[in-house]
Amino acid sequence: MLQKGRQTWFFDPRPTIFATGTVVGRTEGEGPLGADFDFIQKDNHAGKDSFEKAEQAMLEQACSFALTKSGIAPKDIDFFIAGDLLNQITASGYTARNFKAPYLGIFAACATSMEGLALASLLISSGMAKNVLTATSSHNCTAERQFRYPNEYGFQRPPSSQYTASAAGAAVILPQGGPVSIDSATIGKVVDLKNCDPVNMGKAMAPAAADTILTHMQERGVSASDYDLICTGDLGEIGRDIAWDLLSREGFTYDKTRFVDCGMMLYQGNKKVFAGGSGCGCCASVGYGHIYKKIASSELGKVLLVATGALFSPISLQQCESIATIAHAVALERS
Amino acid sequence: MDILWAFIIGGIICVIGQLLFDVAKLTPGHTLCILVVAGSILGGLGIYPALVEVGNAGATLPISSFGNSLLQGALDGAAKNGFWGIWEGILGKVSSGVSAAIIFAFFAALIFNPKS
Repeated sequence: MLQKGRQTWFFDPRPTIFATGTVVGRTEGEGPLGADFDFIQKDNHAGKDSFEKAEQAMLEQACSFALTKSGIAPKDIDFFIAGDLLNQITASGYTARNFKAPYLGIFAACATSMEGLALASLLISSGMAKNVLTATSSHNCTAERQFRYPNEYGFQRPPSSQYTASAAGAAVILPQGGPVSIDSATIGKVVDLKNCDPVNMGKAMAPAAADTILTHMQERGVSASDYDLICTGDLGEIGRDIAWDLLSREGFTYDKTRFVDCGMMLYQGNKKVFAGGSGCGCCASVGYGHIYKKIASSELGKVLLVATGALFSPISLQQCESIATIAHAVALERS
Repeated sequence: MDILWAFIIGGIICVIGQLLFDVAKLTPGHTLCILVVAGSILGGLGIYPALVEVGNAGATLPISSFGNSLLQGALDGAAKNGFWGIWEGILGKVSSGVSAAIIFAFFAALIFNPKS
């Protein structure tokens, strides 16, 4: 294991994603990637009496799929690393209650999935753990009311707004044996270009994504063309185009059709989501569902997953703070 | 003709609200407050009652009418009971609207669950 440059970890030995679990809501399940998820939860309440409890249920279910597929009993988990968007990341904390395993709660807003995967890889590669479960979730009805407006309020959405994905993703990381290996991870720096519009997150997060991608290429010593896919987390249409322009300005050359975004892929063609999907669960479900399966089946070789997050709270916005953003990248490839 | 004027006056007020929202990038809360305050200032200047005269429901339906009603209530109260009448009058005039909003919201919340 090696620190390359300042922000990049190059894993040697390379940990593997042994198994994954994904649970999505109805809208996500009806999208083009519907077949790649383990379970489509058609009930917004998931049979619970609140949306927050529903989100937790989806997270627990995703973890349970990943554990069952890897044959690891909950009591044998070495470390559980998770985070979500609810205040005080309660969905994760309460899910951890079930496992009785050492738990690291993390928050990087929608970049949480790749922060979790990077930390899990670090624990495995350094020999500090034999297995790690990492997971994250988001729910449309909990995040929209916490960060923007409650859905039933009927707030007029501008075209730049995004739709929080109801989705949860979990992955079991083991030292070897999984079909997908983790080559390296680049931990992002906080970037803040003084954007203040909470219904244009793509624009705010694009510079962080561009910064992390360029840093990754430089520190890992690879070029973009080495990757079959560079996939951002939840920039949406507007953010993806801005990130592409920022990268192009820095002399980055790549096939634009392979520069994709989980938030756009998850809902392709669905007008209800405006610029695209967002939320922790967006990158987690597409990454651990769709991309993981594509790499495992050798349809894709190397993929750089770049989860993007906006580190604001409703209170920071009310106090006129701008939106600070971050992006964490993890390079995946066929084992 | 009444309908046309109601459409024109009500439409103009709504366009102003939409511009505050889209061009000035204000939040729904700010937009609402500005329209209420503007309604009461225009009410004090005697302009809003003139708009109601011409536009009828076009002027009484938008939220700016609430501001106008608050002011008219305060003026009526002041005329009747002096200084303390201002405070009685403000909510007196709008009490039917405020009470209806609270009570109907309560019953709606009893019957329906939040949806996405």
